[in-house]
Amino acid sequence: MKVSELAEKLGFEIVSGKEGLDKQVVGGYACDLLSDVMGNAGEGQVWVTLQTHKNVMAIASLKDLAAIVLVKGLKPDKDMEAQSHEEGVPVLSTKEEAFETAGRIFELIK
Amino acid sequence: MEFEFEVQGGDFSNAGQASSRIKKILKQLNVDPKTIKRTVVALYEGEVNIVAHAWKGKIKVDIETEKIKARLSDEGPGIANIDQAMRDGYSTASEEVREMGFGAGMGLSNMKKNSDEMEIHSEVSQGTTVMIVNYL
Ligand SMILES: Nc1ncnc2c1ncn2[C@@H]1O[C@H](COP(=O)(O)OP(=O)(O)OP(=O)(O)O)[C@@H](O)[C@H]1O
Ligand SMILES: [Mg+2]
Repeated sequence: MKVSELAEKLGFEIVSGKEGLDKQVVGGYACDLLSDVMGNAGEGQVWVTLQTHKNVMAIASLKDLAAIVLVKGLKPDKDMEAQSHEEGVPVLSTKEEAFETAGRIFELIK
Repeated sequence: MEFEFEVQGGDFSNAGQASSRIKKILKQLNVDPKTIKRTVVALYEGEVNIVAHAWKGKIKVDIETEKIKARLSDEGPGIANIDQAMRDGYSTASEEVREMGFGAGMGLSNMKKNSDEMEIHSEVSQGTTVMIVNYL
């Protein structure tokens, strides 16, 4: 499933990085500890987190993640948003918390 | 082929740039994707450790026909007990750094898992050098 379809089906707001909306989502990873994500997330996954700073994009890009999903209505910091465009990795945002968000993504793509 | 990058302690907004450049170079050289992934994880963790824990440092990457060698050396507080530092969960990261999601104490073990060889030398109040090798 494409990032754009996932965002549409789950009602996630597309905040930035529209360039990457055609990326294929193969799974997800939910965690706010950056080195845990660095060590364990995989290519093509969406990353569910409440971290909103630029280092999130660095990791997403280095790990070839499909997209970032920010929970609790959070929005990316300005420099994170800019880098999302540069790298073509979308940042999505949802009002829900991580538990519900991960659950709904899981249900949709399992 | 040799590449060298400077890393500034405390400069979180540029953390990961050296790793990103090296990733691009390895891609251009058609290195096997799995080796690129492992090398990039190891390099990133080493780069962030310089940013988070040291004053300034250098990353030198040497790409040879049969292996990638990286040497991450910094001027900084050093590591008094390397075995302890290698343990998952051990971290001296500041509260501020932890709030960003760093400081899980997993970086060095990520480096170990994602390299074929790893060596750490450190002197307290002087600095730390981490060397990794990944075979192609
Ligand atoms: N270059 C370095 N200079 C000084 N101390 C270091 C350096 N690298 C690691 N350390 C010490 O080793 C500890 C463990 O490092 P490690 O990378 O495993 O975890 P962390 O950096 O604290 O957190 P994480 O990497 O999970 O974000 C650090 O908290 C720090 O005390
Ligand atoms: Mg670390």
